[in-house]
Amino acid sequence: MRVYADNAATTAVSDTAVAAMLPCFQEFYGNPSSLHTIGQRAAEKLSLARQIFARRLNCDPSEITFTSGGSEADNQALRSAAAAGAKKGKKHIISTEFEHHAILHTLEQLEKEGFEITLLKIPKSGVISPEQVRQALRPDTCLVSVMFANNEIGTIQPIPEIGRLCRASGVPFHTDAVQAAGHLPIDVKSMEIDMLSLSAHKFHGPKGVGVLYARKGRVPLVNVIYGGAQERGKRAGTENIPGIVGSAAAFDESCANMEKNAAKMTALRDKLIDGLTKVPHSILNGERERRLPGNVNLCFEGIEGESLLLLLDQKGVCASSGSACTSGSLDPSHVLLALGLPHEVAHGSLRLSLCKYNTEEEINHILAVTPGIVEYLRNISPVWDELEHGQRKHII
Amino acid sequence: MLYSEKVMDHFQNPRNVGKMDDADGVGEVGNAKCGDIMRMYIKVDKDTQTIRDVKFNTFGCGSAIATSSMATEMIKGKPVKDALALSNKAVVEALDGLPAYKLHCSVLAEQAVKAAVKDYYDKNGIPYGKDLTICNQDCEHCAGE
Repeated sequence: MRVYADNAATTAVSDTAVAAMLPCFQEFYGNPSSLHTIGQRAAEKLSLARQIFARRLNCDPSEITFTSGGSEADNQALRSAAAAGAKKGKKHIISTEFEHHAILHTLEQLEKEGFEITLLKIPKSGVISPEQVRQALRPDTCLVSVMFANNEIGTIQPIPEIGRLCRASGVPFHTDAVQAAGHLPIDVKSMEIDMLSLSAHKFHGPKGVGVLYARKGRVPLVNVIYGGAQERGKRAGTENIPGIVGSAAAFDESCANMEKNAAKMTALRDKLIDGLTKVPHSILNGERERRLPGNVNLCFEGIEGESLLLLLDQKGVCASSGSACTSGSLDPSHVLLALGLPHEVAHGSLRLSLCKYNTEEEINHILAVTPGIVEYLRNISPVWDELEHGQRKHII
Repeated sequence: MLYSEKVMDHFQNPRNVGKMDDADGVGEVGNAKCGDIMRMYIKVDKDTQTIRDVKFNTFGCGSAIATSSMATEMIKGKPVKDALALSNKAVVEALDGLPAYKLHCSVLAEQAVKAAVKDYYDKNGIPYGKDLTICNQDCEHCAGE
């Protein structure tokens, strides 16, 4: 049996999305910028896709910009807010310690360019409070960027509350909704969101398509990519029509079936959490209640994540880990460290991320093979040996 | 695939894994903070100065476990001084290669063997050259790589 439980990394493209894309390769293959019929048919497809995203996010189609993915959308959002802030002499940005690197590394670059960055600390729950944001606000704050839901531990942030606070304070608010879009209800109006990034391949759309929502009259977008006049001149390059059309179809489908999918995934997720936390000295990272329907993230003490992943893969389970060995660096995941986990515990993390296609049988398979693998690795581990003989203290 | 068949074999079916209560020499290198710890135990035949038995325990990734296993195979039954000469390169070659960013695991295996031999020499008052030093491969050391 092969179980794909790495849907936070990427998802399979849905049949609906594939069906929507296929005619775009040989029938609607025109360049939307062309005046002729073939080109205008493609332009119409593009316009329909834009309308779908606008309707589902509750905004105007002119507020939607298609990008190459979530990272580009994040880069453009931050760059735009920074440019607008700099014009007014406001060069302070608030974000959080556990953002995606598309945010954190852009902020690092902005810091080099003279911006001051405040990264909010992450409580053990994995959910920041609006009060933390309020306390960090300054007269020169030009942007607050807080992710909708964390990509590793799945915790959902109080976005409407932060939105209300920022709106009342006159500070633009961006949210990286890459993990949330298509999985959680999003309404940019009622949630008072000024900018939002999403990525299609996280909700069964194709890779290479992102969306940046930017509220009209708030933060003028600056280009990350210069060239032609596509996307109202804000994002050059011939539009990826098959990708954009497939993304819109996938988003429409995900939003239409959100409640049903979430109920199914949450039940499977809870079964996994209940089963896996029975393994002695294991811990669920981030709180259970405010959590993405498909996210399970645990640490097992005394073992290292990469070896766990390799053995799970041998048993047909595709998962991910925040261990250093899987990141190619010496440090384990910045998200787990931000939660306050010690390095040695963070090395032993396992993320299982589900989607609507996972079945109860697959969950039973994961539950059947995982404890044995953890035990096997613990038996090899000198760290576990010391823990068991009291030479080292259990942390979890 | 990330790893060669040999690496996967030694990772999934590690040779000489376990503890040794009556070891003549024990060496431990690495630390949990970095995500790699290897502990090597050797039993020495005092008459012939050969390694009669060897065991290991490793906390770490697939290649850390595989290099530990391969290193124990390469020194078992060999003269102690040969074990001391085991190079990380030889371990990597025996495993049909490792990804570049995993080479430090093989260095860790080489150092674990050296640490075990050094411990044996120390316990038995056997003199050895000044060049027998152990690189613990701690975070600060590796961070510069």
